Amino acid sequence: MTEWINVILQGVLTGGLYAMFAAGLALIFGVMRLVNIAHGDLIVLAAYVALLVTDSMGIGPLTSLIIVVPVMMLIGYGLQRGLLNFTLGPDILPPLLVTFGLSIIIQNGLLELFTADSRKLQAGAIEIETFRLMSGVWIGILPLIQFVVAVAVIWGLQLLFYRTALGRAFRATSDDQPVAQLMGLDTRHVFAMAMALSLAVIAIAGVFLAVRANFDPAIGPARLIFGFEAVIIGGLGSMWGTLAGGIILGVSQAIGAQIDPGWQLLAGHIVFLVILAVRPEGLFPKVSG
Amino acid sequence: MTQVEHATASSRIGVVLIGVALIVLAMTPLWGDRHTLHLLAEIFTYIALASLWNLLAGYAGLVSVGQQAYVGLGGYLLFALAMFGGVHPIAAILIAGPVAALVSIPVAALIFRLRGAYFAIGTWVVAEVFRLIASQIAVLGGGSGISLPAHIIINMAPSRQWREFEIYWLALALAVIVLGAIVVLLRSRHGLALTAIRDNEQAAQSNGIDVTRIKLIVYVLTAFGTAMVGGLIFLMKLRISPDTAFSVNDWTAFVIFITVIGGIGRIEGPIIGTVIFFFLRQTLADLGSLYLLMMGMVAIVVMLFAPQGLWGVIAERLGWQALPLQRRLVVADEPETGTKP
Repeated sequence: MTEWINVILQGVLTGGLYAMFAAGLALIFGVMRLVNIAHGDLIVLAAYVALLVTDSMGIGPLTSLIIVVPVMMLIGYGLQRGLLNFTLGPDILPPLLVTFGLSIIIQNGLLELFTADSRKLQAGAIEIETFRLMSGVWIGILPLIQFVVAVAVIWGLQLLFYRTALGRAFRATSDDQPVAQLMGLDTRHVFAMAMALSLAVIAIAGVFLAVRANFDPAIGPARLIFGFEAVIIGGLGSMWGTLAGGIILGVSQAIGAQIDPGWQLLAGHIVFLVILAVRPEGLFPKVSG
Repeated sequence: MTQVEHATASSRIGVVLIGVALIVLAMTPLWGDRHTLHLLAEIFTYIALASLWNLLAGYAGLVSVGQQAYVGLGGYLLFALAMFGGVHPIAAILIAGPVAALVSIPVAALIFRLRGAYFAIGTWVVAEVFRLIASQIAVLGGGSGISLPAHIIINMAPSRQWREFEIYWLALALAVIVLGAIVVLLRSRHGLALTAIRDNEQAAQSNGIDVTRIKLIVYVLTAFGTAMVGGLIFLMKLRISPDTAFSVNDWTAFVIFITVIGGIGRIEGPIIGTVIFFFLRQTLADLGSLYLLMMGMVAIVVMLFAPQGLWGVIAERLGWQALPLQRRLVVADEPETGTKP
């Protein structure tokens, strides 16, 4: 019994990470209807930026976020203004193929710079610290921090969307781009801000990914798929939905892995496909559009 | 009297040139060495894969990044049928097509719920599911893969040379059949509908085209063709593993690159693109990951500055078409040419 409680708790905590993968993806889809195929590779890029920062400055991975987040935000802003803004339009093909090309460029660029070796960020003693929840059930401090940060990130995004001027600009552009432009919004800037914000979330997710597990240049696409599945499970257009989607995916994978290690990923995909079959609008859809 | 004409002067020349090229290519085993035959067969498989992806993404607007699902399915069906069903490998390839088409129907029922770019990632999830299932099948080598047993390879043909000829001709035939089927499809009523969907999906729908039905037909047909090509690819490789069979790089990234460079939404595009791709590969492959990096950049630049691709530029500037696909109204009562008083 306690064994299963442990499994499900692990799944929930991992789900926080998936929710962060998903939140960045949902954010830019919500604002500009762009699906970023390079999303997963940008998460891996953030992990390598953190690797460089921690190695060169001798600081811990969590502290390195002070540098990694702004760096990724700058990359995001530049990427949107310098490249992706030119692909947006009624045709879905250009943004899709350009971000696909970007994914190949990032993967092979990282391969060229860092080789295919597996890397990991060292967070020190905190990595193995745990506390006892009840007899036989232990929770790792680091997974717990990761989950709390994920909830905070999604709560922060929610606040930003509904309580700030930038959030209003995001929603206005999302609802009707031409009218938003008529009202004096520079949509090129709004889109770039959305991408910068998405990459800030990516930076946090990338650092936690790199502390929790080994990473190499090729693991990006699988992160994109996890994030995407969490978005669809949760329901398009809902930030809290991505958290629910991430948790459902994390728990499914944990249960699958408990039954047979080979079933970890398959269980997650199957749950995703079942939800797509019985509830294609997701579990917590906001509004269509 | 008004009638629709497909051919133009350039397409008449094109058809003759293609005919001559086919005769020369069919006779390549008479003069080509093993290396040439193998390279050409590989080129034919990529022409077929890219043409199928072009039909799917360029015409039906179904941008898939998961066609490796059907390449791998075809490959695994070949191995399973040949090893446990005692089926001749070439027959197994022919069976792989309809089986994959059957599999693609429930898959389509699921992923057609996703729109646009989300559809693309949905296809990828399906390919991942196929890959994970393949790695669970122990009798087909599980995660590490399996080689085609020697007796199956030896029994395929009277001699090694004949086996290579058979594979070469099969590759050529598959490429020709795929291209021929696409030409027939595009010249049919469905083709007119597809071209309309390519140009403007909403306008096509408002003119009474059942867009979803046509998309489903194209998706199933593409799965049919892709699985047969997949079977052939792994008959050439003689070894299969989940990672090579369902490789997103080999069967999707390269195919997208080929189609985008050559010209998406045009039947000539994938052929031109494949020639360019193999030329670059033969000259730059030593660069390894740098080569892939450059490929990604070229694809982005083409998509931004010449989204119609190389053949698109040629067709727009010069009005050429290599195959008779255009529709022009010819009004018979008025003389087309002739001196006017």
